[in-house]
Amino acid sequence: MLEVRGLTHRFGGLVAVSEVDLDLPQGRIAALIGPNGAGKTTLFAAIAGFLRPERGQIRFEGRDIAGLPPHEICRLGMTRTFQIVQPFAGLSVRENIAVGAHLHHRDRGAALDRAAAIAERVGMAALLDRPAATLPVAGRKRLELARALATEPRLLLLDEVMAGLNPTEINDIVATIRAIREGGVTVLMIEHVMQAVMSLAEDVYVLNQGRIIAHGAPSAIAADAKVIEAYLGHGAAARLAGAAA
Amino acid sequence: MNPRLVVLWTVGLLVALALPHAVASNAWLNFWINTLMFAALGIAWNVLGGYGGQSSFGHAVFFGTGAYGTAVLQIKLGVPALLAAPAAIGLGALVGLFIGGVSFRYGLRGSYFALVTLAFAEVFRILVSSFAFTGAGFGMLIPLDQRPINLQFPSRFAFYYAALALVGIGLAASAMIERSRFGAYLVAIRENEEAAKALGIDVFRIKLGAIVLSAALAAAVGVFYAQYLLFVDAGSAFGPAISVEALLGPIVGGAGTMLGPLLGAIALHGLGEAAKAAMGPQPGLNLILQGLLLILMLRFLPEGLIGAIRRWRGHA
Amino acid sequence: MGELGIVVPAVLAGLTTGAIYALVALGLTLIYGVLHIINFAHGSLLMLALYAAFFLKTLWGIDPYAAVFVLGPAFFALGYVLQRGVIWPASHGQDSMILMVTLGLSIVIDNLALALWTSSTRTVDLPYAFAVIDLKLALIPLPRAVAFVAALAAAGLLWLFLARTDLGRAIRAVAKERLGAQLVGIDVRHVYAMCFGLGTACVAVAACLLLPTFYVTPQVGHAFVLVAFTTVVLGGMGSMEGALIGGLVLGVVETLCGLFLGESLGQIGIFAIFILILLFRPTGLFGGKSA
Repeated sequence: MLEVRGLTHRFGGLVAVSEVDLDLPQGRIAALIGPNGAGKTTLFAAIAGFLRPERGQIRFEGRDIAGLPPHEICRLGMTRTFQIVQPFAGLSVRENIAVGAHLHHRDRGAALDRAAAIAERVGMAALLDRPAATLPVAGRKRLELARALATEPRLLLLDEVMAGLNPTEINDIVATIRAIREGGVTVLMIEHVMQAVMSLAEDVYVLNQGRIIAHGAPSAIAADAKVIEAYLGHGAAARLAGAAA
Repeated sequence: MNPRLVVLWTVGLLVALALPHAVASNAWLNFWINTLMFAALGIAWNVLGGYGGQSSFGHAVFFGTGAYGTAVLQIKLGVPALLAAPAAIGLGALVGLFIGGVSFRYGLRGSYFALVTLAFAEVFRILVSSFAFTGAGFGMLIPLDQRPINLQFPSRFAFYYAALALVGIGLAASAMIERSRFGAYLVAIRENEEAAKALGIDVFRIKLGAIVLSAALAAAVGVFYAQYLLFVDAGSAFGPAISVEALLGPIVGGAGTMLGPLLGAIALHGLGEAAKAAMGPQPGLNLILQGLLLILMLRFLPEGLIGAIRRWRGHA
Repeated sequence: MGELGIVVPAVLAGLTTGAIYALVALGLTLIYGVLHIINFAHGSLLMLALYAAFFLKTLWGIDPYAAVFVLGPAFFALGYVLQRGVIWPASHGQDSMILMVTLGLSIVIDNLALALWTSSTRTVDLPYAFAVIDLKLALIPLPRAVAFVAALAAAGLLWLFLARTDLGRAIRAVAKERLGAQLVGIDVRHVYAMCFGLGTACVAVAACLLLPTFYVTPQVGHAFVLVAFTTVVLGGMGSMEGALIGGLVLGVVETLCGLFLGESLGQIGIFAIFILILLFRPTGLFGGKSA
């Protein structure tokens, strides 16, 4: 569904993403992990059209989308969320979601009805008339998800939707994401919450200093020495192995 | 619509229709014509600045294009006003398309957009006052010939109803914005442009649509102004006073609301009129009070009169 | 030679006009360029300072050049109070509302002047008003030459101030990173007000230097507002040397446009530059870094 080949982007002289290859088959949940500053968000921005990549190919359902503006990519069926939530602060939850729903529903009433249905799906039905500005963090994360969902994407890019949530809230949203996938939506998520990655993702890509250093099933990634070192520093894998012995 | 609102709207409309027959003097009629005219201009500004959050400080450029468009077409080219008026409105929309096209294409927002619109208005003012074709520094007089085809009427009532119709058209456009996808997208862009892009909104096109609609409405008010006074000059048609007038009403009344600009215009002009009645026709006095009202509103009721009413009703 | 005989005096006259633009713009550079406050009241404050200098001369016989030392501090205080007492609270610290507040201020100040002092044009009589310096190629009015030198000096002093003093550094810190500055203990509101005060003091100095060759009416500020914004944007936001060069360039552009396109079109060049710069290079010609 999504194919990335040789994606490279630099800011000034600094390489943010380098020669990234990525394959995401339809119907999967894949996770992109890596330490801070590894280039995850840059990669997302390039895939979703928020920055024009310097080099490389991005194919979505067989079509080259590198360099297309974000709204066109969204119309093709790929929607992203933002790590730092970007609610329409002055609007209610219903109106926020309806903006997304308008992509496929020209009629205002239809979009508002659709928004209510989506809110139900992500557990926000009780909050429909709340101004977005008054939502707590967990509510804003859900709203971000709901709005993206309302555009009826076939591929959903989730940028740290669990950061800042407590364990109960994480369990709720894990269930929600699973349900979204059951509904036929492919998901690519950036996530730091490992517990969620392990239970949700079937495919994990590890990004470090702009490069993919590992790719595989979550269990295999968890045991990979390179990954542990990327997270915990040079020599960490050896020390962990020593401690375990 | 709930029945109370229907009653309110009906009463409002009847009062507006009966008003010119109820007011005793010509001065009062003039007051209402003026207030409605600037309310319509505020409503035009509100489309772009209120719903869209793109604050223009140069709406005089569209107003002036409408006023000069109809004047030049009649005086220099002999086009009857009935045809010149829609042409001038189209011209205003084109100017909007051009200014919006360059500004939004290059991503101007916030204060940069405000300054660029201000500069465009000044450029138009200087150009118009520099060429004999547009009356240079003297302005242009539309010859008096009171026939409907010239959009000139012997009775002031006609102008009152024309101004009322302009307000009605503007309110209808606002209602359309509040109930359409275009409007939802426009408001989304105001609230958060990045998020809007991520949800499939073509930000450039929506902004362009808003500025063209806003410019056309403002140009229509300019046409009315020219037909009403039968005189246009660069300083008053393209000058900063008109640009300020366009945004003052919406800010005071409540930007991004349907009735805010109308309420704001009535409050501002009512205040000016009251000051005149209380202290005599002192030059500048009404504007001092309007400026103070603006600052006080921003300080204590930043959501405008409509916001204040909503909050009060929420508490009640 | 014939061409040159017209152009050289025009350029020199343009430079002296430009020096005035630069003086007015220096204050705005602090306010708009550094703090990003769109101050629509800048021209109104200039007008107010012109009236102050006018009345100091006509009522108490204080020479405009001496008035610098009275009006500079007085307008500093006025600017400080306006920012702290009116602009900050009424705009709730939001950039988007600041321009509305300063617009309101300018409406109030302009019309207060109209109500108090009527719309008549006023000038002062000074013995040196018509003194000239002979530069062979052209005659430069003495007050214009003084303004030119003062513009250079003021730009230099402000540059030193921003680069070398604690307050200057605090201003730059606030401009770059308001939240960060707050976190390291800088009183942001005080810094904003000091900066606004300084900008307003600059306007007073400009007014004192302008009055000997100029006039004052309640609307006199309007002519300077957009020119000052243009100067700041052209010179690169917040750059003192940029504002100086920008002002001089605009003065020359205006006189040359006036010379070749006719008097009334003179300012077209300025606004054309303004629009083009905003569209294509909002960081200014002389401001290398992106904003």
